[in-house]
Amino acid sequence: MFLFIARRLGVMALTVLCLTFIVFFLTNLEPNLQRLAKTQANNRMTDEQVVNWLTQRGYTRNVFIKYGEWMGVVPGWTNVINDVPEGRCKSAGVPQEEWPTYCGVLQGDLGDSTVFKDTVNNIIAVRLSLTGWLMLFVMIVMVPMALTIGVLAGMREGSRTDRSLSTFSIITTATPEYVSGVIFIVVFSSSLVGLKWFKGSATSAMDNITFENFTLPVMTMALYGVGYIARMTRASMAEVMTAQYIRTARLKGVNFSGVVMKHALRNALIAPFTVIMLQFPWLLTGVVIVETLFNYKGFGWALVQAALGNDIELMLGCSIIAVIVVLLTQLISDIGYVFLNPRISVN
Amino acid sequence: MESLSAFAIFTGILYQFLPVWIALAIILIGCGIFRSKLGLVGKLYDNPIGIIGFAIVVFWILTALMADLVVPFDPYEQVLGMKNKAPGFPVTGQEGKYFLLGGDNLARDVFSRMVAGSQTVLSIAPAATLFAFMVGITLGLPAGYYMGRIDTGLSFLANMVLAFPVILLFFLLVTKGIIEVGIPMYLAAVLFAFPIIFLLILFTSKFNTRPNEMYLYVGLTLVIGLWAYTGLAFNADPLGVFSMDPNTLNIFVAVVFVNSPTVFRIVRGLVIDIKTRDYVAAAQTRGESPWYIMLWEILPNVRGPLIVDFCLRIGYTTILLGTLGFFGLGVSPESPDWGMTINEGRKLLLIYAHPALPPAIALMSLVLGLNFLADGLREESLKD
Repeated sequence: MFLFIARRLGVMALTVLCLTFIVFFLTNLEPNLQRLAKTQANNRMTDEQVVNWLTQRGYTRNVFIKYGEWMGVVPGWTNVINDVPEGRCKSAGVPQEEWPTYCGVLQGDLGDSTVFKDTVNNIIAVRLSLTGWLMLFVMIVMVPMALTIGVLAGMREGSRTDRSLSTFSIITTATPEYVSGVIFIVVFSSSLVGLKWFKGSATSAMDNITFENFTLPVMTMALYGVGYIARMTRASMAEVMTAQYIRTARLKGVNFSGVVMKHALRNALIAPFTVIMLQFPWLLTGVVIVETLFNYKGFGWALVQAALGNDIELMLGCSIIAVIVVLLTQLISDIGYVFLNPRISVN
Repeated sequence: MESLSAFAIFTGILYQFLPVWIALAIILIGCGIFRSKLGLVGKLYDNPIGIIGFAIVVFWILTALMADLVVPFDPYEQVLGMKNKAPGFPVTGQEGKYFLLGGDNLARDVFSRMVAGSQTVLSIAPAATLFAFMVGITLGLPAGYYMGRIDTGLSFLANMVLAFPVILLFFLLVTKGIIEVGIPMYLAAVLFAFPIIFLLILFTSKFNTRPNEMYLYVGLTLVIGLWAYTGLAFNADPLGVFSMDPNTLNIFVAVVFVNSPTVFRIVRGLVIDIKTRDYVAAAQTRGESPWYIMLWEILPNVRGPLIVDFCLRIGYTTILLGTLGFFGLGVSPESPDWGMTINEGRKLLLIYAHPALPPAIALMSLVLGLNFLADGLREESLKD
């Protein structure tokens, strides 16, 4: 077990290394750097000034050196720009002699954001906690709803309940967030329909989550995921219900609800556990869409801003977090599966 | 002139789709008559969900094909005085003509744009899915069959792409700067080679004892394949038949790239399951080559799940294309692409809801149709 986890963590580290390098490489391409220089300094710079600006700040060096610097294994650049000492590891109010030589991921420093003018560590901490609330509520709504639908549908395969619930799950999986979100806003908060039950924007939810401002984003995200988990639960439940021990229990005279609750449910919920854990990578895309649509300034919103402004270090920070979340959930789902299902062993 | 009533708008839309209805009726009745000879499609007629899905999908394909007959206005044309007008508003200066679903923020006909948008989606999504399947199958077969190092390496790559948040990948891959550097072209050069490789291996493994036929098929594949390849990947087709504009190519490549690892995993899993069967052992005993076994023994036997996944994946690709458009990364800012129209419409959603809703519902119905179709196919293929 220990070896298994160690090996998985090793593969994980390698994946993170490869992926961040790809992000690094793509954001450090020539046209992207030129755009960065123009947005940071002056939009009307000549080509020569752009090159000069980039050279002074160490952007024109070899991509591997820059990557090493970001990782914290190569010393950060220092230079004198307009008579002011500047450097990657500069911190305000500290004389140049006391700047650290290395400042990178290994030192716990994700760098500075060029869009938000703040450290990436700060931005990610703030934004991630906002997104955490969104995720929490989505999970609270989505998981019980999906499991209930799946169990009810799979309980009696082919029945009318099964048919209608399965159709409902297909409909929700076919409705991406940007479609259901738009429909929800029109129905529940626009003047066209005139219900105006909820707010069409979740900006106020960043300070104070209320039923009025958080219902629509949570429903939009939860609904797209419900269908998929429900279908997996249904398949798993339907399979369990045909098993021999269920028939035995029925023949012994246990009533139907007893069989479902006591015998079937526990075994039927093993497969959906994995599916729920593996939903996280997909939830991340959903977060980006929903936060943009409802103007909720969380992690997804920050990612969009970073991408639009070619904010290299913020994008790298976001991708590290995203990739680690995805890989960790995969690991947890694998380990959890072993604990839930004694027939499976990691070897 | 007065605005149209809701009922008049409804009948007006139905009337505009008249050529599509006629063609749809012919196809559905035609397939219904010959259902016993049509295999899986014929069996769909026993499955209400499946046939509804089939009808919706055929409806949208026909709409895309006959878009020029269906649209009442040019989807790019801005009509004076029609900005943000409500559905059913009469067009100024043109007697008896109405904007059936109203005008958008640039005074264009929402209905015509929705219909024209189906062309963008249906020209990219199925083709991109097909390419993703070619890549996934060509790599997934050996990974599942040989296991070992090939599998470890390829699975690592696939898992790496899958661990990447799709949206971040799109933001990195679909930008103007990337096109300047030529990365989509290199990616296309790699990804578009797979169909040719696939077909070459397919024919050489089957006809290696019959050289005449082999040379014919291999020759045809090479001539047509390389011709299309130069045109599509490098935009260097000497005759100009095959070409793709850089923006579309970029999106196409990004979508193929995102989809192929999942297909790879599915194919790999299916092969691992199937390769223990007796007929595979029989073929091995006969001394067939590994590629013959993979392509002519295993692949035909996993077609069921692959066809079902193909339908689902076209739907997923449609959603992805919409996501791209939603973030303003679509084909071109002017194009009537559904995702982009939703994105434009959402900015004024609380005041004018009508420009965003039609493309949203259109996209949803297409994906729903594909999902219903996949569900129907799955149920029917499980029956025997």
